[in-house]
Amino acid sequence: MTTDTLAPVNHDLAADLDRAFPGWMRGMQNGIYSGVRRLVPSAADAEDITQETFIRAYRALSGYSPDRIRELNLPGWTWTIAVNLCRNAARTRSRRPRTVELDRDVFHRQDGPERHALTAEENAAWEARLSRLSPAQRTAVVLRHVVGLPYKDIAEATGRAEGTVKTDVHRGLAKLQETLL
Amino acid sequence: MSTERELAALATTAPETIAPAVLLETGLADGYLAYAGPAGPMFVSFNARGISSLTLGTDPEAFEEKFVELFGRPAVPVKALPKRLGRALEKTLETGRIGSLPIDWDGMSEFQQAVLRKTAEILPGEVRPYSWIAREIGKPKAVRAVGTALARNPIPIVVPCHRVVRNDGNLGNYYYGTDVKRAVLESEGLDVDTLEDLSTRGVRLTGSDTTHIFCNPTCRDARRTTDRHLVEFRSEAEARAAGYRPCKHCRPAAA
Repeated sequence: MTTDTLAPVNHDLAADLDRAFPGWMRGMQNGIYSGVRRLVPSAADAEDITQETFIRAYRALSGYSPDRIRELNLPGWTWTIAVNLCRNAARTRSRRPRTVELDRDVFHRQDGPERHALTAEENAAWEARLSRLSPAQRTAVVLRHVVGLPYKDIAEATGRAEGTVKTDVHRGLAKLQETLL
Repeated sequence: MSTERELAALATTAPETIAPAVLLETGLADGYLAYAGPAGPMFVSFNARGISSLTLGTDPEAFEEKFVELFGRPAVPVKALPKRLGRALEKTLETGRIGSLPIDWDGMSEFQQAVLRKTAEILPGEVRPYSWIAREIGKPKAVRAVGTALARNPIPIVVPCHRVVRNDGNLGNYYYGTDVKRAVLESEGLDVDTLEDLSTRGVRLTGSDTTHIFCNPTCRDARRTTDRHLVEFRSEAEARAAGYRPCKHCRPAAA
């Protein structure tokens, strides 16, 4: 996933946002959801945040000039919104922790044959492993290895230098390897 | 399995509910749901501006297809109408009047809007001819265009295009067929048999010999006239020649 291959999408969005947005969102949503799902503890939060990410993306894009849209690094830019929402959600949770958490992953089994929805136990185990990482490491590892985002895009999304992101991924992976499933 | 591969295997599919929710929230799609209406099962669609369409039918896929074709944007299924809209729609279907129900007039030409807004003034239990609409909106020669605008009414029942009939009083065409038109009119209290009898006998207007006022035959004032005092006319000229003036409520002729 590089910005070069996505350039036609930029042009479509710049030319006719309303027409191109639904298709662009459908192309992005699995990546955004997969990443957000590992940055927040519950599927319900991940669903809300993914939804909110695209609503904010649309509202922002409708205020941009076509030139600005053409020059956007869309994956990095969209992830900036998603990462911020995940960070805000974490803040809200620590103030007002939820007592009952429904696992809605079970309702969303329209996955292809090679993609199995995780069980509640597996989800909890991943949450436990990932929560040992610092927030920066967790974000970097998830965006790099769950979403498959290039370092450049992660740097843009998190507002950190590319070198720092690489270090975060490296150290994060090392911490994860200490805790095997 | 390496940690990297374990992480890559966490890539999953987004819940199917996300995209529709976003499209709805951003106004890129309308919401719709199945609804039991006076003319049978139907689909109602809406957006931030109000009710955008009403379609008789039971097949959601066929509805969605037709919606995209007509409006150029998708309609996504929702569980319920927004509360205020739901209450207003219920009231409209019950009373036969638009009242405070918000309608999405966007995407309609100025002419079609004028035709449909005028149509919405016709009270349940009454009908008006196409020529009446044309005259009332200040385009007396556009009778045919009025018919086209009504045939393309995206919100039948709510915008009561079934209350517009041919100039000779014949029920005329309806998107869902004349039988449905007749049934809806009868459910609103209109005596369709009497209307058709007048039509076949060439009666276009009725008057009262006590007030010397002439009306559209279904005007609520005309219906109050007792048979003994009811006078029938074949044309406006005939009524005027007899010394009658047009009713100010149903305006059967230019004043």
